[in-house]
Amino acid sequence: MTVDKNYERKRKLVNSFGKAIVFISALLLIIITVSLFLFVTSKGLSTFIKDGISIKEFLFSTTWNPDREVPAVGSLQFIIGSILVSAFAIMISAPLGVSSAIFMVEIEKKLGQKILQPAIEIFVGIPSVVYGWVGLTVLVPFISKHFGGLGFSLLAGILVLTIMTLPTITSVSTDAIRSLPVEIREASYALGATRWQTIRHVVIPAAKSGILTAIILGLARAFGEALAVQMVIGNRPVIPKSFLEPMSTITSIITMDMANTAMGSVWNDALWSLALLLLIISFTFIIIIKLVGRRGMYK
Amino acid sequence: MKSKLYDKIATIYFYAVAVFLILFLVSLISYILYQGRTKLNIDFLTSPPKFMEAGGGIGPQLFNSLELLIITLIISVPIGLGAGIYMAEYAKPGLLTELIRLSVETLSSMPSIVVGLFGLLVFVTMTGWGYSLIAGALALTVLNLPVMTRVSEDSIRSVPNSLREASYALGSTKWQTIVKVVVPAAMPGIITGIILTAGRIFGEAAALLYTAGMSSPALNFSNLNPSSPTSPLNIFRPAETLAVYIWKVNSEGLAPDARQIADGAAAVLLLMVLIFNILARWLGSTLYKRMTGEK
Repeated sequence: MTVDKNYERKRKLVNSFGKAIVFISALLLIIITVSLFLFVTSKGLSTFIKDGISIKEFLFSTTWNPDREVPAVGSLQFIIGSILVSAFAIMISAPLGVSSAIFMVEIEKKLGQKILQPAIEIFVGIPSVVYGWVGLTVLVPFISKHFGGLGFSLLAGILVLTIMTLPTITSVSTDAIRSLPVEIREASYALGATRWQTIRHVVIPAAKSGILTAIILGLARAFGEALAVQMVIGNRPVIPKSFLEPMSTITSIITMDMANTAMGSVWNDALWSLALLLLIISFTFIIIIKLVGRRGMYK
Repeated sequence: MKSKLYDKIATIYFYAVAVFLILFLVSLISYILYQGRTKLNIDFLTSPPKFMEAGGGIGPQLFNSLELLIITLIISVPIGLGAGIYMAEYAKPGLLTELIRLSVETLSSMPSIVVGLFGLLVFVTMTGWGYSLIAGALALTVLNLPVMTRVSEDSIRSVPNSLREASYALGSTKWQTIVKVVVPAAMPGIITGIILTAGRIFGEAAALLYTAGMSSPALNFSNLNPSSPTSPLNIFRPAETLAVYIWKVNSEGLAPDARQIADGAAAVLLLMVLIFNILARWLGSTLYKRMTGEK
């Protein structure tokens, strides 16, 4: 049998060429991430370098007068706004999300997989402007009518984000709970524990790190969500004193003001600094998830 | 005895949560579709929007959304698939692989407004393209790449090793094995993934506000000159999408029927996402059945 040398050479060439192509594709992901960090960082730092505004003023002052002659870009109210709206949303969606995950894995496997799982996937798929629109046309008037105020409020933001973070928390914690070995449940039942006792004392503790990851991912989604929140919170640059008051978040002020400002103005630079802050926060969440995952692996 | 009672209460609670969520979803979907029902007609879907007067449609926006989706997929699917192949078949544990993985995770949880600003800086300003379809597509590519990579990697990893070994035993090279055996076997998962991410791309707005822009010049569908601003083939024209339009109508809607328009647009957007979802499910299971020879 003779080997066609030309064919063999071509085959080897294609083999290395293919490897090179997929390697470059993967490298591209690093390149995009690095350049995203570099560009946003260099723009975001100009508030402090070029415009001479101190980081302390930016982070800890609430005076937001970016269009005055002597611009003030204190952004504490946006930072606190983002924290409030995300934290309260997670406080509601985390218990609901984890409960529905438990329902799908521990209580009603078939029904869960046939009905609840697809439902959760549709929740994920609904675009954020649609959530925002429903929030604006249903939730805002409802709050205004039954609780008073304008309706555009912290409360409206919290409720919209609750719905939007719920599917993230549910699907990630479902995966975590599903991946637990069945033996630990059997061992618990063998000791005479009820299903609830097994869930509470065995399943949840064993899936702890996965559930924590789910909650942090939900928090990251809440923090980064822009339009749905912006549509219902009223966009007043103040720290809300009650659940019914209008407010702003980091994302909402960027969304609202970016189009009105000229590149290079202090106002515009401050928005980039907020974007940089958002980038740092979102990266911090990822690092925390990595640490949680490394420490809490169930073996 | 007490523990049995608690167990019952807990069971009731879990059922209540599940029933509540499903009822909530059903009422949310029916509300959106009901509100938009009068607008679900050909005229609304194809005619251009009107300013200051009632009766405008969403034709150009709907078309832009679809065009943007297709261009984004054309760019991001090959790269994402390539990166997925690398991660599943070639990557060795080490610093580089860790970095790629970290990049994927960082990008996939990146707030889309930040990606939009990055797009504004790089694809709109630095390239000099201005607000354009291509700038929007590139921003969406940044959002979609990590998802595509992960979907491809997972699907490729789940292909059983026996298939690879059989291919090597026939004397194939690694690349031949990947192209002819592994990727085809991973196809059902990859296609399901593509369709699901398509739904996400279709509904994305925050990343597009400052890349594809918030205006859409009238389109002339008989104009096929790619450099003409009214041509649907011109990828350098500003291209407001359906999702962006809903946001814009709410914040600065000038038409007297702005509310109805947004209701209609939201219903269309939701319907498209539902169709993508059902399509992904159906296609996924059909392809899987065909692959495994199960009729």
